[in-house]
Amino acid sequence: MIGSLQLVARIGGCGVLFDAERVDSVVEVGAVVPAPGAAASVIGLAAMRSRVATVLDVRTLLGVARCPDEKRREGGRAVATIVDGHLYAIAVDSLEDVSTFQLGAAPAGLDTTGEWDFVTGIGEGQHETLLALDVDRLVARASALA
Amino acid sequence: MDDLLQEFIAETRETLEALSGEIVGWEADPSDRARLDSIFRFVHTIKGSCGFLDLPRLARLSHAAEDALAAVRGGDRVPDSALVSAILAIIDRIGDLVEAIDAGESFDDGGEALLIAALDAVPAAATPAAAVPSAPTLPDPAALAANPQRSGHKRSVRLSVDLLDRMMSGVSDMVLARNQLARHLRLIEDPRLEAMLERLSLSVDELRDTVTRTRMQRVEALFSALPRLARDSAASLGKSVTLVIEGGDVELDREMIELLRDPLVHIVRNAVDHGLEDRADRILAGKPGTGELRVVARQAGNLIIIDIVDDGRGVDTDRLVAKILRDQPSRAAELRGLDEEARLRLIFEAGLSSRDEVTALSGRGVGMDVVKANVEQAGGRISLVNRPGQGLTVSLEVPLTLAILNAVLVDAAGTRFAVPRQSVDEIVAVDGGAVRVDRVGTGSVVLLRGQRLPMVELGDLLDHAPAEPPRYLAIVSLREGRFALALDGVRDTQELVVKPAAPAVMRAGIYAGQMLPDDGLPILLLDCSGIAGKAGLTFEQAQVQVSATVAFEPVRALLFLDVDGARRLIVSDAVDRIEKVAAGAVRALAGGTWLTIDGRSVPVWAGQGVEAGTVRTVLRLQADGLELAYPVEEAIEIVPLPDELSPAADPHGTIAGLAVIAGEPIELVDPLALFAALPVAAERPLCLLYGSEGAWMEAFLKPTIEQAGYRVIRAVSPGERPAIALAIDEEADSAPTPSLRLSRSRGQPLYRYDRGALIAALKEHRA
Repeated sequence: MIGSLQLVARIGGCGVLFDAERVDSVVEVGAVVPAPGAAASVIGLAAMRSRVATVLDVRTLLGVARCPDEKRREGGRAVATIVDGHLYAIAVDSLEDVSTFQLGAAPAGLDTTGEWDFVTGIGEGQHETLLALDVDRLVARASALA
Repeated sequence: MDDLLQEFIAETRETLEALSGEIVGWEADPSDRARLDSIFRFVHTIKGSCGFLDLPRLARLSHAAEDALAAVRGGDRVPDSALVSAILAIIDRIGDLVEAIDAGESFDDGGEALLIAALDAVPAAATPAAAVPSAPTLPDPAALAANPQRSGHKRSVRLSVDLLDRMMSGVSDMVLARNQLARHLRLIEDPRLEAMLERLSLSVDELRDTVTRTRMQRVEALFSALPRLARDSAASLGKSVTLVIEGGDVELDREMIELLRDPLVHIVRNAVDHGLEDRADRILAGKPGTGELRVVARQAGNLIIIDIVDDGRGVDTDRLVAKILRDQPSRAAELRGLDEEARLRLIFEAGLSSRDEVTALSGRGVGMDVVKANVEQAGGRISLVNRPGQGLTVSLEVPLTLAILNAVLVDAAGTRFAVPRQSVDEIVAVDGGAVRVDRVGTGSVVLLRGQRLPMVELGDLLDHAPAEPPRYLAIVSLREGRFALALDGVRDTQELVVKPAAPAVMRAGIYAGQMLPDDGLPILLLDCSGIAGKAGLTFEQAQVQVSATVAFEPVRALLFLDVDGARRLIVSDAVDRIEKVAAGAVRALAGGTWLTIDGRSVPVWAGQGVEAGTVRTVLRLQADGLELAYPVEEAIEIVPLPDELSPAADPHGTIAGLAVIAGEPIELVDPLALFAALPVAAERPLCLLYGSEGAWMEAFLKPTIEQAGYRVIRAVSPGERPAIALAIDEEADSAPTPSLRLSRSRGQPLYRYDRGALIAALKEHRA
């Protein structure tokens, strides 16, 4: 099996993989404008040059506690992607690498038909298991979060 | 009109290009339904556009092709190679004509009749494709090029939306970069640098305006063709219509405007053709003689809504269902289970027409399914509100992909938001003393110039956070009512491009979209009706309900001009409808006067000495299962019947009395007396001419049989039940109904040339 190019990132301490094909760019998000009332995972809006991105915090989805709002608003590193014509910036702790991975099936314990449907498989990192994320489903899940 | 023509040419050219693949595919496989549909839509659209652009030759060609294709779609015709070639030849010719129009040249119309005739060639004859005259080749390109450009000829090109988008975001980037640069350069305080920056700044602004204009257009552009269209459509049907257009200044994405053009044209045409009644019927229904069509564009949330409201007859869902049932009897069970809304939505089914005859105008109801497909292609929705007898509202909802809005930038709940300028009546400072904010229960009420308005605080609405007393109030005006939006601060007004926000943000239910002003910090645009909805505000209906205290509706009567030139009245409830009839439909027959309509005979009231051949308009009266046609010159208007009636001199006449209308005594016709005076009130029984001698009988015996009070038929169509059959002796046994036997030889019981005996036998049977 031929491996695929993946972007290795860390979200709330978890190592995750983004399909490089779906990553629009890697950005440094500046000031974030809050969007009160929006889905819980929405930190707010940020301008990326002349485009407006919706900044998402997906930590809760990965089972990690959210950052406090004040800290989230400061911005930081994010993975930009376009889903259904909308630009999203998924906040990450750090970006580590881009390399080729051979993805294996997700562990049996993970409910990949339900709550964890955004996990497409796993990759073997350095001394850890990396979760490969499906951007479309991840954004859909995050948007539905109350 | 020139603009419209240019757009038509560009559009047709482009569709032709896109269609060429489909055409080739269809030629290879004529049974391909999807390709057939797209070719059909093409010719249908051309036909539609030609109508109001006044291009009769194109209209003729496309109408003919449409007819043929419709027959194929309806399964009445098999697409053979001759038909395919004929259609292709017509499409080629359409292309040539369009090029000729664009070049401003005349184009020889030789062979167009042949092209059309080729469509009707009997499939069995298998006309070889070569026999179809191929479209003459285009004028020599060299000659075209040599042709000098007409002066005043507006040239245009078509660009991909993607390219425009890139251009727009490029310019926006430039504006942001300029602002940053400007901030830094000001620190240097070099007047020469500042002057240079000023120049750069001006041209960047100008460029941005130009680029924005390439993408945006006022909805007016979409509406500009409608008045003419509505007028012409109505005129060709002998109707009159007033068109009211509102909200034309909303600016929209050009792409959306183009996508909406066809559906809008279809809907307006349908409304005029199917919705609005004839003048006479409108008068009878107590409506103004001139129909009203309102086209209203407005923005609500992240949608642009275009309502097309007519005050016509609405949709008769019973007829719609009956029609589908007739074509597809297998769906009976499904159709029975539908609720009213689902029944109404049947109108969107392919190939359905609520009208049985085809008009040059909206054709065969192909409109609605195509309209729905087009609107959905634009990511929109189409919905209907049917008010039977009162009219139909068609609403097109399309997503707001891009729009420019004049917005007020405000602070609320610790964040900067934008509010559409259009929905803000005024902004008042709370400490100015003009308003008072009162806590009432869990909410607040604002007292402004004696009027109490509910107040909404965003912070409270979203997080239930206790809010500081507001410093400003925006008085927001919605269609449903007004409310006050609490604000912490007011900044300025800006013209900004609105783009849709992500679903994760829209789910808050209070945003209409997002904007990016020049300072580079995004702003969310508030959706005021969404806020009112979320806050649970209910407004008292501004419209006062029609007071229900009127106990007795005055009796209404139709004032009409009778055939003898007198004006008379008839109670309008007695009149089923006012009908225009074809010349020759009313005839003096069998001692009475009869109107032949819908395949039946209806007795005509001839009391006012009408001449059968001159009747053009009748009042159809109905009572207790009986029908009567009352010939009139024209219907004038509906008037309330005065309470005071002077009784008529003759108690047995057909005049019930005299009413005074506008100072003039007018006779009131008594409908019951009309029915009582009918010579033959009932429908005439049918007499079937049966067997091999049917043609002979029709030729020789028909007048005799009709005189005996029967209607003559040669074959039984569904739903008909002949009372008697007439057959030659040896064939009589196989007739479906009791039959009279005609004998071939003189001296037998009912000899076929014995007129007197035949009448006697028929009359005896009737009795």
